Amino acid sequence: MQNALLTKYINKNKREAAFPEFRPGDTIKVHVKIKEGEKERLQAFEGVLIARNGMGMGESITVRKVSFGQGVERIFPINAKVVDHIDIVRTGRVRRAKLYYLRALKGKAARLKERE
Amino acid sequence: MSPGILGKKIGMTQIFRPDGQVVPVTLLKAGPCMVVQRKTPSTDGYDAVQLGLVEFIKPQRINKPTAGRLKKAGVEGAKFMREFPLGPGSDDLKTGDKVLVDQFKPKDKVDVIGISKGKGFAGVVKRHHFRGGEGSHGSMFHRAPGSIGASSFPSRVVPGMRMGGHLGNAQVTVRNLEVIDVDTEDNVLVVKGAVPGPNGGYVLVRRSKR
Repeated sequence: MQNALLTKYINKNKREAAFPEFRPGDTIKVHVKIKEGEKERLQAFEGVLIARNGMGMGESITVRKVSFGQGVERIFPINAKVVDHIDIVRTGRVRRAKLYYLRALKGKAARLKERE
Repeated sequence: MSPGILGKKIGMTQIFRPDGQVVPVTLLKAGPCMVVQRKTPSTDGYDAVQLGLVEFIKPQRINKPTAGRLKKAGVEGAKFMREFPLGPGSDDLKTGDKVLVDQFKPKDKVDVIGISKGKGFAGVVKRHHFRGGEGSHGSMFHRAPGSIGASSFPSRVVPGMRMGGHLGNAQVTVRNLEVIDVDTEDNVLVVKGAVPGPNGGYVLVRRSKR
């Protein structure tokens, strides 16, 4: 059992409220802060959310996209300051929490139905 | 200003600094404390302040002499009391004074003293970080200590030889932990890094000397 004060402190520092509610299967766009010399700009990574890992301050999400026929996955610690904001592009109906099976699927087979 | 404060370990988590760096932190419920006794050179021969962590305690759990001392100081109940030595000339703490977390601010350095978790009888690998031997490949030497002395000279085991034995459940001091955050509302002190003892264990927090 976690101490109530610890839970309170984590909830105070967590950034979950700042993001829209997303689930595995959703196609999301993660805007990441990138430093180039002096300047800072945002870079977006758009793909299917295939897993949410961990909880509390250490929670992370795995986003997968297919770029020029090559599967690319990026893991974002969602409470980190580098993640500026997250947009939901489209929702997806899936029946499990981890969508690692998508790695083996290509093209039409890797599509997901929209969630109602 | 109090030289320290008493508290309880709540647990660990991590937070992100403004520059993006992740920091492991321990939360301590520090205080509210009260001065139970103020020791002075004239009455006790040395200068110190005795703090008590104010918390609920059943009256039958305090013996009569302690109850009398607490009553004299106006403290409702304290299970955990510790003394902090005071330097000469620091005379701003009186019996019955409150000591709260607002004594500390972020970037302060503190030492945390606690009782480490007991590990029971531990072997030399865990207790003294011996390397041990290979697990397989026909090795018949795994976690044993190896030779503890030569046969003809000195023909005995030298005193202080590191061997297996009881590990943990001993007082441990962690020095120079950085204060990351102070929550005066909930009396929570957030320090960087790990602190000895289990969650819920009593700890003593004092200002670092260097």
